[in-house]
This record gives sequence, structure tokens and C-alpha cells, in this order.
Amino acid sequence: MAKKLVVSSSPHIKSPENIQSIMVDVLIALFPVALMAVFLFGYRALVTMIIAMVAAMVTEAIILRKGDFFGDGSAAVTGLLLAMTLPPAPPWWLVVIGSVVAIAIGKQIYGGIGSNIFNPALVGRAILLVSWGGHIAGNVWLKPVPFGFAADAVTEASPLATYDASLLDLFIGTVSGSLGETSALALIIGAIWLFYRGHIDWRIPGGFIGIVFIMGLASGGFSMGLYHVLAGGVLLGALFMATDMVTSPVTKTGKIIFGVGCGLITMLIRLYGSLPEGVTFGILLMNGLTPLIDNLTLPKKFGEVKKSA
Amino acid sequence: MSERSFVGGIHPSYYKEFTAGMSITPARPPSQVIIPLHQNIGAPCDAVVQVGDEVKVGQKIGEPKGFVSAPIFASVSGKVTKIEPYNHPLGNPVNAVFIENDGLDTPFEGMQANKPLEELTPDEIKQIAKDAGLVGLGGATFPTHVKLAPPPDIAIDTVIINAAECEPFLTADHALMLERADDIVYGLKAFMKALGATKGIIGIEDNKPDAIENMKKAVAENRGEYDIEIHSLHTKYPQGAEKMLIKATTGREVPPGALPMAVNVVNQNTGTAVAMAEAIKLGKPLYERVITVTGPGIRKPGNLLVKNGTLVKDIINQCGGMKDNARKLILGGPMMGLAQPTDDVPVIKGTSGVLILTEEFVQEYPISPCIKCGKCVEVCPMNLLPNFIASASEKERMDLAEKYGAMDCFECGSCTYTCPAKRPLVQWIRIAKGEIAASRRK
Repeated sequence: MAKKLVVSSSPHIKSPENIQSIMVDVLIALFPVALMAVFLFGYRALVTMIIAMVAAMVTEAIILRKGDFFGDGSAAVTGLLLAMTLPPAPPWWLVVIGSVVAIAIGKQIYGGIGSNIFNPALVGRAILLVSWGGHIAGNVWLKPVPFGFAADAVTEASPLATYDASLLDLFIGTVSGSLGETSALALIIGAIWLFYRGHIDWRIPGGFIGIVFIMGLASGGFSMGLYHVLAGGVLLGALFMATDMVTSPVTKTGKIIFGVGCGLITMLIRLYGSLPEGVTFGILLMNGLTPLIDNLTLPKKFGEVKKSA
Repeated sequence: MSERSFVGGIHPSYYKEFTAGMSITPARPPSQVIIPLHQNIGAPCDAVVQVGDEVKVGQKIGEPKGFVSAPIFASVSGKVTKIEPYNHPLGNPVNAVFIENDGLDTPFEGMQANKPLEELTPDEIKQIAKDAGLVGLGGATFPTHVKLAPPPDIAIDTVIINAAECEPFLTADHALMLERADDIVYGLKAFMKALGATKGIIGIEDNKPDAIENMKKAVAENRGEYDIEIHSLHTKYPQGAEKMLIKATTGREVPPGALPMAVNVVNQNTGTAVAMAEAIKLGKPLYERVITVTGPGIRKPGNLLVKNGTLVKDIINQCGGMKDNARKLILGGPMMGLAQPTDDVPVIKGTSGVLILTEEFVQEYPISPCIKCGKCVEVCPMNLLPNFIASASEKERMDLAEKYGAMDCFECGSCTYTCPAKRPLVQWIRIAKGEIAASRRK
């Protein structure tokens, strides 16, 4: 026989899915959110997203010394997610610093994809928040002007500072807020794609949103429960940030605990903390607990009657 | 019958279309067979023929060396030309009997029909299974008579025929269900009688509706006083794994490290049931079996009745040969089968398929770091953490690998199939299993 046969260990077939295809799916899922941001906040939102993505991809390409700009797509996702958490029109340098920090300190310093402990985009945001708080907290939020593609910027306070937005506005997204967080509708549409593709399951978002709703309900009734779910970054956080694969648990029980923990800390900060919003630190704190959660929730093996001590 | 299943598993492309529905055709008689003297889990056999002997079809040529072993029989009539080590599907060369086929197919006189099943005692059935060299034909090749002889303190109440055939590409069991349904039921009844089991179950994946229909008909006609059910199962790999099949059909979970008999169940393969029926009805020992010859790399796929010891290259030749872009030869299915370095290797009792894959299947992907997506955790039918076991194994932390459940892995490969980072998870887990087992023996 002339041809050489390849010998390898089974299995001999593999699923077509790879890291890049997952990241592309996340980008697809974020598309309705991005579209809504441009619809609400105009071209400035588009510019912010592009700057964040390009800065993230360039930073990663430089650190990894690679020519492949897009690569596995994870840097583009991090950049876009960071932009989603920023005001629609922050100074360009702020966005660049956020992306560089997210990739360099949030991800590559740990060894790159798969090795980071904290959600890179949120690391970027957290650094910006504590360093240049004046630019991304307080009365910096653009008032949304649907179809006002290049309308003049008018800023106002976050609905989480005022608690006066209508639930319908919060659902559609016609409230002020971070670029990608205001429209519950767009976020849910995007998340359905991720559910459909099997990249996220109900446990983390369910635990997160569930506890936010319950605590909101306890603090001010049913509509306040809904308000807390729809306002601010809870949906963006629960559907797209807390579900980040690298920094969340892999066990089924662990995912629920993780989601509940994120929601709990978020609400404690919102209700009793000095900041109006707590999603960023809620998720970052739970990221740090992820390895512990995984190890404390090792699943029961098939056929095992009770967990071995 | 409602469909049942287990938690986890994968849905690969099944590729059954190459050979599904093709009838079983006898393979061309080979000019020579090379029959390895080790064809089962357990002890090998000693040759009981010598070079120069004339042997007949069905004559015993290998005598087992222990209880967990099974005799081996000549598959053609002719002259023994050599007895020496030769290539073996499992890797290392094994002593083999070379028989030059005289083309006469002279049957061995010892092959005599037994009494009908109704008149046989359980012990007689066990003896027939043992004398016929029956082993599990799904690939594990565990000697059948050992499964039929559980310890006296264990009462088997259920016998399950594994007709899931969850491995992609393979259709041999499917073909048997279409053509040999009555014998499958007969074999199952024999197993039930041998074990004193009150219930028989035939589990079939629901991607074979014609087989399910045919088996239902055969059961209705032949069951007699035996309680036999057909279970239509979700089409999901690894539905045919022993523990998954038992869970799906009876709801019972075999504890970690235990055998099915721990939950009063014995599993037998479809082909084994047919072989049992032939052993009783015809006195025919196991010297041939149905093999699916398939894959994108073979010109004329088919379900062939192949004589034990036929060289794979002879089979490939009569199936039109390999295509030019063929790059991998696998004995068994694509999930758990063994890739072969050469086609100069004989088929054995456990060979369920000859699968030829083409270039696009052997593409190498760079291995990325684990992104902890947890997809392997989702699909693991044993509910283990394949990513953690594999990473521990990669770092040579076998203590951690063991803690995360390495020894409970039965290597179905669902994790490696699924991993988007293209990490060889089950391969690392195999390494861990080997190391842990070695350190336990110390």
C-alpha cells in the first residue's frame, strides 16, 4: 500500500465547533445590542464600540506578537463588551485605556485566553471607574434620542440614581445608561441566540436575575423587582458578562451559586452601597470565587449514591 | 413505549447512510485466514492444532487458558501452514494460526444441533455458549459464558440486548435486526433462561424505525411465555454504553466501578444473541460475524458476513478498494474504534466495523488552552469533569485526576468530540487511568 495511514487515539471525529466559532456567535449575539445602541445614542456609540474593539485586538496582537488580527475573536468580544459598559460617548483615550487594560491586565498577564481569573472587560471597566470616575459615573449618561443619529448630546443621571424611568422605557431601552445596557429587548434577543447555540445555559442568568428580582421585590414590591432587573447593567451582566466561560464555574450547581452570588452582591451595592450600580463588582468578586465554587460543587458521578467525603 | 435516555451525551453526524438498509452479503472466501489466538478480554488461547494439520470449518484451534477466556475456531477448511505471531487489531502482535483455504468449506463433524431451547437446562445453555466461544460482539469481547454465570448471591432479573448501535457509521446490528430478528429473540430467550431472568429488553435507538418495527413483530411472534419488551431510545451517543443503556431501559444506575450485575442486569450485544441462537440451533461456534465496511474512503460500502481471521486488506479489496483520499483505517466505529497502521491485519470476534476515513477527517487542529466552557461537563455521560481530569493529567497531577473521577471514565470520547479548544481530553484521561491503575498495583 502506497499511502500512509494516520494512526491516532479515538475519537476519530470532532465537532465542527471551535473557540473562534463560539466568539463569532457572541459577536452575533451582541449585534442587536450594538444596533440598538446606535439607534438610541447615535454615531458616538458606534465610534466607541469600534475604538474599543480595535484597541483590544491591537493590544492582543502586540502582546502575542501575531499578525492574525482577529485571531480566535476573543479580543474583539472583550473590546465590544467593554464598550457596552461605558457611557455612549466617553473621551476616545478613555476607551483605549480601558481596552488596553482589559486585554493586558485583565487577560494576557495571566497567560492569555482561558487563564484569566476575572472577566477582562469588567477589569477594564473597574479600572476606569476607580481612576476616571468623573467620566463614567454621575451625570455623564447621554439622553437617548431614537433616530437622532447625530443629535446634540444632552446628559442626565442614571435611572438607577433617580428611580423614575417607566418599565416600558427600561424594556425598550429608551433610558439613559451605558451604551449596551439600556435595552432589555435587544439583550434578550441576543441571549436567545447564545442559548440556541448552547453557549450559555439558564443557570447563571437564572440565579443572577432571580435573586435581583427577589431582593428588588422585597425592597419595594413587584414593580420595583422588575425595575431592578431591567434598569442598569443586570441583564447585560447576567446574560453576557457573568456567563463568560473562562471566569464562571463549570459545574451545574456551581453555576447557580455563582449567578446567585453575582445578583446578591449587585443588590447589596445598589441598596446599601455608595455606588448606584453594583453589577461590575458583583461579577468580579464572584469571578474570584469561581475555582473554589467548582471544587465545592463536584458533581455526583453516575451511579454514585452519596457524595464521597 | 416512551423514549427514555440518560443525562449528557452528544449528537454527532451519524453517517449511517453509507450502509443503512444494505443486506448482509457473505464476503468472498479469503485464500488464507490468519486467526489470532487472543480474541477476548481475559486470557489468550493455546493452539490445539499443529502446522500441517488439516482443519475443517468450525473446528477448535485455540483452547482457552483460563475461565475468563473463550475458545477459537477455524473459519475455513484447509491446511495449517504456520503458527506464529502476527499483527493484531489491538496493537502488539499475537500468536496466530495461519490456515490456507482449500475452498471446500468442509464442515467440522462436531457441529451438531442441540436440543431445542425448551428442553435445555440453564447449565446446558451456559455450556453451549462456552463451547461455541461466544464473546461480546459489540467490541469489548467479554466472554459470554462468564456473564451468564453470576455469583450465586446475585439474582439477575433482566437481560438487555444492546441494539442501540450508537456508534456513527456502523450498521451491522441494524442489518441483523432486519434479517435475523427471530434469532435475536431466540438468543435473548436463551440468555434469559440461562440466568433465570424474568424480563428481556431490546434497546434500539429511534433512528432505526424499520428495525424497531421488525423486532416488535419478531417478539410478538416468538416470545412465547417470555416477557420481552422493545425500547425505542433517544438517538444519542453513547446510548449503547452499558451503563447508559441500563439507565435508559430500566432506570437503574450501576454504581461506580461496579458491573451491571450489581443492579441485577446482564447486557448482551445483538450479534452475540444471534451467535447464541446459531450455537444452539446449529451447533455452530463463533467463526464469522457481520462487519460494516464503510466510510467516505471506501468505494463500495456494505454489511459483510466475514470469516474470522480474514485480512482487512482482503475485505477492502472486495469492497472496491480505498479511495485516493483515504487516510485512516479504523476497526470499530469512529468514536471508540482503533486506528490501524496497516490493512495487513486480521479481523477478530470483536471487529464490528472497517471504517475508512478521508483527508478532511484527519485534519490536525492546534490545541488551545481550556476556556472552561464546560461543554465536556455537559456531555459526560458519567457526570465527570473531563476538563479538570485532563488538565490534571497534563500536569501529571494524578492525585487530582483521580479525585475528579478519572477511573470512572469509560472513554466514550464525547468530551474530545465536543471540546471547542480541540483538547485531546479523553486521551489525557486515558494516560491518567493508566498511571493510576499502575500505582494501585504497586
